[in-house]
Amino acid sequence: MQRFERETGLVVPLDRLNVDTDAIIPKQFLKAVARSGFGINLFDNWRYLDHGEPGQETARTPNPDFVLNKPRYQGASILLARANFGCGSSREHAPWALLEYGIRAIVAPSFADIFYNNSLKNGLLPVVLPEAVIDRLFQAVEATVGYSLTIDLRSQRVFAKDEEIGAFAIDAFRRECLLEGLDDIGWTQAREAEIRDYEARRRHEAPWLFAQAKGHS
Amino acid sequence: MAKTLYDKLWDSHVVRELADGTCLLYIDRQLVHEVTSPQAFAGLRARARGLWRPEANLAVADHNVPTRDRALGITDATSRRQIEALERNCRDFHVPLFAMDDIRQGIVHVVGPEQGATLPGMTIVCGDSHTSTHGAFGALAYGVGTSEVEQVLATQCLLQKRSRTMRVRLEGTLPKGVGAKDMALAVIGKLGTAGGTGCAIEFAGSAVRALSMEGRMTLCNMAIEAGARAGLVAVDETTITYLAGRPFAPSGALWERAVAAWRGLVSDGDAQFDHEWEIDVGALAPQVTYGTSPEMVVPVEGRVPDPAAERDPARREALAAALAYMDLRPGTAITDIAVDVVFIGSCTNARLEDLRDAAAMIAGRRLAPGVRRALVVPGSGLVKRAAEAEGLDRVFTEAGFEWRDPGCSMCLAMNADRLESGERCASTSNRNFEGRQGAGGRTHLVSPRMAAAAAIAGHFVDIRHDL
Ligand code: SF4
Repeated sequence: MQRFERETGLVVPLDRLNVDTDAIIPKQFLKAVARSGFGINLFDNWRYLDHGEPGQETARTPNPDFVLNKPRYQGASILLARANFGCGSSREHAPWALLEYGIRAIVAPSFADIFYNNSLKNGLLPVVLPEAVIDRLFQAVEATVGYSLTIDLRSQRVFAKDEEIGAFAIDAFRRECLLEGLDDIGWTQAREAEIRDYEARRRHEAPWLFAQAKGHS
Repeated sequence: MAKTLYDKLWDSHVVRELADGTCLLYIDRQLVHEVTSPQAFAGLRARARGLWRPEANLAVADHNVPTRDRALGITDATSRRQIEALERNCRDFHVPLFAMDDIRQGIVHVVGPEQGATLPGMTIVCGDSHTSTHGAFGALAYGVGTSEVEQVLATQCLLQKRSRTMRVRLEGTLPKGVGAKDMALAVIGKLGTAGGTGCAIEFAGSAVRALSMEGRMTLCNMAIEAGARAGLVAVDETTITYLAGRPFAPSGALWERAVAAWRGLVSDGDAQFDHEWEIDVGALAPQVTYGTSPEMVVPVEGRVPDPAAERDPARREALAAALAYMDLRPGTAITDIAVDVVFIGSCTNARLEDLRDAAAMIAGRRLAPGVRRALVVPGSGLVKRAAEAEGLDRVFTEAGFEWRDPGCSMCLAMNADRLESGERCASTSNRNFEGRQGAGGRTHLVSPRMAAAAAIAGHFVDIRHDL
C-alpha cells in the first residue's frame, strides 16, 4: 500500500451528488485481471465523447466540458466532491483508477462505506468535512485558478496556504496503517495463533460452520 | 445487556478488538466471482501466500457469462479470460467452483442461499455490494473490495469496525400486487441512498415476518441502495423451513443443534438501535423509479417531479440532470411512460417466486408491439429447471419473452445483454445509474409483476386496477 502522510496539491472540483463507482470506472474495464491500467479510463463516460472499451488502441476524443479535462485542473491530486461519493458497487477498481490518475485524497461531505474502506486500503485518503465547509471550498476553487490544499494526516487537518480549513476524523488504526504503508494481511497473519484459538472455540460451539457440504468434494 | 441481532452476530465473530474499536473479525463464508477476485489471487501468488480454509469459499462465474448458446463458449475474449482465470485460480487453490455448465451455476447471491451455503449466524462476505442479500437469513453479510477478498482468502479474517444499527419496521398487510421490491424501493425513497450509511439495517415488523425467504432476500439485497452495509432479518420458522435439506446445510443431530442455536438469532425485546424507522405498508402502491438513483422513486400513480420545486441547489441540479438523462419531462404521469425493453432477472428478483409473479401477470397475452425485447434470466440453473417444470418458460416464450440461461445479464450489462443508447427499460434489477444497463440506456426499477405488466401494456400500469 502507498504511504500517506501529507499531500499538497491542486484541487479539482466534481460538483455532482452520488457519484457512483460505475461513473468512476465503467464496468467494461472490470474485465481486466491485472491491478493497473485503469487511470486512463477514470470517469470514462464523462471524460470522453466517444465510448471506450478495454484495450482500445485508437485515440479517444476528450470531452472539453468535463472538469478533469480543463487545462486549469491538469495535475490535480485532490478531488473535491459531493455527498455519498463512491456509492454503488464494491469494485476496488474505483480507487485504483483514481490513484493511477494521480488523485491522492478526496474531500467530500460523505462517502459510501465500501468505497471509503477500499480507498484506505490503497493509500487513497477520503477526507470528510462538513457540508458548509465543502460548499465554501467549491466556491473558492471556482474563484481561484491554481487553488490548492494541504492535507496533513498526522494532525488530521486540512489547510489552504496557512489557513486551517477544517479537521477530520479517521480511525487510529487506519491512520497508523496509512502513515506506515502497512497491509492488513501481514498484520493479520502475525495473529495466526489467536485465529486458531478462535476457530477451536467455534468448532466446539457451532460445529456445523465447519462441516463439509454433502455430495460435494 | 439486551442485544440487537447485529450485536449478537458481531460479538460472536470478534477474534480480537483493538483500542480504537477496530476488530479482527472472523469470516465463516466467502463467495467468490470472476470480476473482483483475479487481483486477489494474483496478490496471493505474488507473496506466495496460501489459503487459510479453501472449503470456506464457494466460487461461481456470473457477471460475465453469456445467457444463450453457452455451449459455444464465450466469444468476448476479455470476458473469457476472466472466467478462465477464475477456473484456474479455483483449481490451483482448491476452492469449490460451480462451473458454467453446472446446473448449480447462477448469480452468486442466488446460489449461496439455494445451496444452504448461506446459514444463520454466519459472517459472509463477497466482492460484491449486494452481498447484503444473505442478511435475510440472520447472517451478517456484506460486500468487500478486492484487497479484503484477498485477506479473507489468506486469513479468514477482516479488520473492521462495528456499524451503527438501524431498525426499519414495516408494519401492516401489503395490498394485493405489492411486494418486497416495492417495500425496498419505498424504504430507499424514504431514507435516501445515503440514509443508511455506516449502518446495518434490521428489517422487522409484521410485513417482514409475512414475507417468504425470497421476499426477504429482495429486501436485504437493496439495503445497500439505502447506503447500508448490511441488511438483516431475524431467524424464524420461515428461515428454518427454507434451509432444511439444502446441500450445504447441516443434517441429522447437527441440524437439530444448529436450529436450536439459530432460534436465538433475533434482537432482544428491549435492545436499543441507533436509529428507528417505521413504515406502514398497508396502503403501499407499486413503486417505479424515474431517475438515475434508486431514491428517485414514486408510486405508480405518481408523476415525474419538477426540479424547480426542489429547494436544495445540489439536489435540484442532480434531479434536472437525471431527467435530462432519462429524457423525461416534469409532470409526466408514470403510467404514460412507454418502455422499449423489459428485463426480468438479477439477484434482486430472479428467484422462482419472482418468475411466478411475473408469469401470473401475462396470462396468455403477448408483448406490446412497441416492446423490442423482453428477457427473462433465471437466477440459477436450478431456478431455471424448477420454472420449466412448472411450465413458466412456455408462458414467457409464448408471450414473446426470451428465456435465457442464468447470470447477471442486463443487470449490469457486462456480457452481451445490454440496452442500446436511448432505450428505456422496465427492469427488476437494483440500480438505475447512468449507463448501468448499457451506455445511454434508461432504467426504471420495478417489481417482477410491474415489469411483466409493462411488457404486455407497453407502458407502466397500475397493476392494482389494470390488467
Ligand atoms: S445480478 Fe446485478 S447486482 Fe446482482 S450480483 Fe449480478 S451484477 Fe451485481
